[in-house]
Amino acid sequence: MWIYEKKLQYPVRVSTCNPMLAKFLIEQYGGADGELAAALRYLNQRYTIPDKVIGLLTDIGTEEFAHLEMIATMVYKLTKDATPEQMKAAGLGAHYANHEKALYYENAGGVPWTATYIQAKGDPIADLYEDIAAEEKARATYQWIINMSDDPDINDSLRFLREREIIHAQRFREAVEILKEEQGRKKIF
Amino acid sequence: MHTHHKSYQPYVSPFDPCKPMIEKTYSTPPHLYIGFQPPNLPQFTPMEALRAGTLWKAFYDPWYGPYEKKNWGVPS
Repeated sequence: MWIYEKKLQYPVRVSTCNPMLAKFLIEQYGGADGELAAALRYLNQRYTIPDKVIGLLTDIGTEEFAHLEMIATMVYKLTKDATPEQMKAAGLGAHYANHEKALYYENAGGVPWTATYIQAKGDPIADLYEDIAAEEKARATYQWIINMSDDPDINDSLRFLREREIIHAQRFREAVEILKEEQGRKKIF
Repeated sequence: MHTHHKSYQPYVSPFDPCKPMIEKTYSTPPHLYIGFQPPNLPQFTPMEALRAGTLWKAFYDPWYGPYEKKNWGVPS
């Protein structure tokens, strides 16, 4: 059960109409290491993971949907007033032909999202290591998008999202430590 | 000195087609070094934390692109 709060986790402002940036951002929407893949991966894995870390997967998986919503807002704002010519020039001609301005779960290359991006191995360590890797890859993706973007408002929101990836990676690493039940250095709460 | 960026110098060939980038850098954010979070770490104020994306100063590691000024309005 979820409760929806009708506001974004962090404000999204866009300074310039820049459909090409939308094309890059869609990687974090429907890409292999994007927010959709992250949310579905964690919320699905949590059924077969030890009780101690179920709550973590629920919390982070839920937050990923909040991030998905932010990316969607960015992509929408960046493209909503673009002309078909501008869409074409931004490399979104094929997207326009198929979806007009609609958002779609695809990566920056236009490949539709697929469940093969995520795994649920049933082995807690294997699954958590995948989750850590997913967070680090998402962090890197944000870096590369920030590097290509000259929109300070978008970058401000992307920096927030990248910081959240760092925190999520940290918490997954702590989850591994909890499952290892390592003695001695465990100072919980 | 501890930094959150590391660098290395890849081999540069006299036949490289593009102008060589002498130094390559990569990110090594703070969480790689901290392990299980110890108690009583310094915190941002709630308002700063909302902007930074974390309550914990030790985990704050903002990334800036080449086209932007650093640190405008973000807690440091």
